[in-house]
Amino acid sequence: MSAAILPPVLALAGAPLLQGIITRTKAWFAGRRGPPLLQPYYDIAKLLRKGAVYSGTTSWVFRLGPAAGVGVAALCLLFLPLGNLPAPFSFEGDLVFVIYLLALARFLTVIAAMDTGSAFEGMGASREMAFAALAEPALLFGLVAVARQTGRLSLEGLIRPIDVGDWAAHGATLLLVLAGLFLVFLAENSRIPVDDPTTHLELTMIHEVMVLDHGGPDFAFVEYAAALKLWILGALITGIALPVRTGEVAIDLAAMVAGLAGLAVLVGIIESTLVRLRLVQVPHLLIGACSLALLGFLIQ
Amino acid sequence: MSGTCLLRNGRATTLGRVPRLAFDGFRARVLEAVGEGKRIAALFGLPAVAPGAGPLPVFAVLADDARGDLEVLSTEVGPRFQALTPDCPQAHLFERELAEQFGVVPEGHPWPRPVRFQPPLGGGRDGLPEAASRGTAGAGQSDPPLAGSPRGLPGVADFFRLEGEGVHEVAVGPVHAGVIEPGHFRFQCHGEDVFHLEISLGYQHRGIERALLGGPHPRTLFQVEAIAGDTTVGHTTAYAQIIETLRGWTVPPRAEALRAVGLELERLANHTGDLGALAGDVGFLPTSAFCGRIRGDFLNLSALLCGSRLGRGLVRPGGVGYDLDTEERLQKLITGLERGRADTRSAIQLLWETPGVMARFERTGTVSREACRALGLVGPAARACGAERDVRWNFPAGQYARSGVPPLPDPELRGGDVLARAVVRATEIENSLRFLLDLLARLPGGGVTGLAGGSGAAVGLETGTPLPPDMLAVSLVEGWRGEICHVAVTDARGTFARYKVVDPSFHNWIGLGMALRNQQISDFPLCNKSFNLSYCGFDL
Repeated sequence: MSAAILPPVLALAGAPLLQGIITRTKAWFAGRRGPPLLQPYYDIAKLLRKGAVYSGTTSWVFRLGPAAGVGVAALCLLFLPLGNLPAPFSFEGDLVFVIYLLALARFLTVIAAMDTGSAFEGMGASREMAFAALAEPALLFGLVAVARQTGRLSLEGLIRPIDVGDWAAHGATLLLVLAGLFLVFLAENSRIPVDDPTTHLELTMIHEVMVLDHGGPDFAFVEYAAALKLWILGALITGIALPVRTGEVAIDLAAMVAGLAGLAVLVGIIESTLVRLRLVQVPHLLIGACSLALLGFLIQ
Repeated sequence: MSGTCLLRNGRATTLGRVPRLAFDGFRARVLEAVGEGKRIAALFGLPAVAPGAGPLPVFAVLADDARGDLEVLSTEVGPRFQALTPDCPQAHLFERELAEQFGVVPEGHPWPRPVRFQPPLGGGRDGLPEAASRGTAGAGQSDPPLAGSPRGLPGVADFFRLEGEGVHEVAVGPVHAGVIEPGHFRFQCHGEDVFHLEISLGYQHRGIERALLGGPHPRTLFQVEAIAGDTTVGHTTAYAQIIETLRGWTVPPRAEALRAVGLELERLANHTGDLGALAGDVGFLPTSAFCGRIRGDFLNLSALLCGSRLGRGLVRPGGVGYDLDTEERLQKLITGLERGRADTRSAIQLLWETPGVMARFERTGTVSREACRALGLVGPAARACGAERDVRWNFPAGQYARSGVPPLPDPELRGGDVLARAVVRATEIENSLRFLLDLLARLPGGGVTGLAGGSGAAVGLETGTPLPPDMLAVSLVEGWRGEICHVAVTDARGTFARYKVVDPSFHNWIGLGMALRNQQISDFPLCNKSFNLSYCGFDL
């Protein structure tokens, strides 16, 4: 049980660091020094100290969104193993439960955005839901494809048993699933080529435009929830990709943390070299992710 | 009072030589000239110095790109006149401006909205009803605070509306998510598709034209420098040409060369910055980062020339304020330009070589040739539609009359989309660098001001002696955004009865609206950046 407390604690403490790593990687590619690695923490701390401004047209739904978003994301962490480190809780079928929790977090963001009555936020919400409808099947198919190999429908039961032997036996399936999940990871975390988290152009945004009206502590919660989401999907990918299962907590932990950092660097490299897709082409990418995951599910 | 009055760029005429036609004749002549391929470079009214000064005199400057001359004609309009716009779309904004500044009503204008929500210019004219002479902005005549009248607030007006199922309106600005100038954009959308974009500006209105009335004042030059901060050299050169032709000053060749250096450096810095910003808008980090840095290098070369990265203090009536007086600075400038050429080449090459970037640029925000011609677009936006329209080629003055700028590629290759606007900018960077390196290799010698005893930054600031009375002078400059047109009319006392400023943005904002039709709303920022128009230059 002592090892089981580590994944959620690590996630809560380390999630914003992943964003810091991505930003630093991009800065390095652009020939800049970039902000400190801990900048996301400073930003959250700064926002928490500020007051919030609420539009007169918003209701309690708008205020509920950010805080509940963090709560739901934290709930996901309870079922999330980190490689060989077990999750605090696990039950058969928690895989579907976690996917629903992620959908609930999205629903809360969207409903808070709609609550402002702003044309922008409505636009962002409609984009988010349209793309989510394609990203969710990819995530589900991907995880179920892995579950088919391990015979368990819980996240812990699905990820922990993956070892070098599994990679030798079902390498093709795992690789296809990883490719699909990685695309979902980019889309869900509003990274290039789907969304551009650094843009200030409200009309091109997907996720950012939905949270334009949040300020102060609310926005800190939004940012923190986004960091947690990055960690959650990142941990799933790293857990499948790195079959380090020594049983030594320190080694397994180090491998996973290194894997997550590597994933963040990879995202930074992608954002430094790739171009954002035209919005109408994003569905093509997500359908591609679905196909990859489905193919992984079909082949043995 | 008959015949036509043709001027060359940077020349003046007495008001007596400008034909004063009856309105019907004026209207027919403007329509005929535009039909022949001329463009309306300026169309403006003359404010009354005192109430009860008769009907409103209106002047038109028609530019003939092919022959390189400017036709000036005038008329008088009553409180209501038949609008030109239905037969000549490029007059649309000029007529709205006339209505706003003088309270006249262009009858039949399809969209008579305020332009800048500014108070009327000057006093009321005879024959204009009191209410009308108060202008569409609904404000009084003596610079009342706009906020005092709810009707005078920028953006508070009727907007074009589309009705129907699934149609919705997206309003953007004037406060944006980024730190940019304020402007209000209304999109009529169906899902992600844009049917129509209406642009409402005026938030940056500072009353420049009003401040210039009665000038030149000691402050005039500095007000002109600040018309659009990113086009300082362009606007100041236009102003200097006006003053020089009115006062009959000649500018030494070396000063003309240094003005061209300043103007091209301004173009280089902004075009480079624009290409970087285009890359940034599609999320392509390498070119975005490179161009941002190179833009700074070009700005620093401007600082090397005159001590200001934005070219302030360089151009002075009669010459330039600073000479490139040491061999060391000249060499630094040449070395900087050569390094800039290598840097921009590799940064821009990356754009063309990245399929993702091309996929975003191609066939995005296309403006048709017909729309470009009908609306009288100018600058890179017009050249991207295949038009051969450049003051440096068509109306050469100063250094450009001596050494030309290399031409652009085949018009067939310029399809009017974002890619074409990027290609035109990239080619102009290359051409400007070639022009500058040629020029600096054989920079004319001699002084930098034609004024006796004058030297240094204070040259040409003297404004005590009045200008020649009852004159009209026109000056065109190809700023980096396009044609800058200044027209000065002096009164009997030799002061500015009118100083009309037409920034290229005044012509081109409507082009952006056209570019957005049937586009994805998410491509708006990209289209907007490909025009990169000025808010303050428009708002004056």
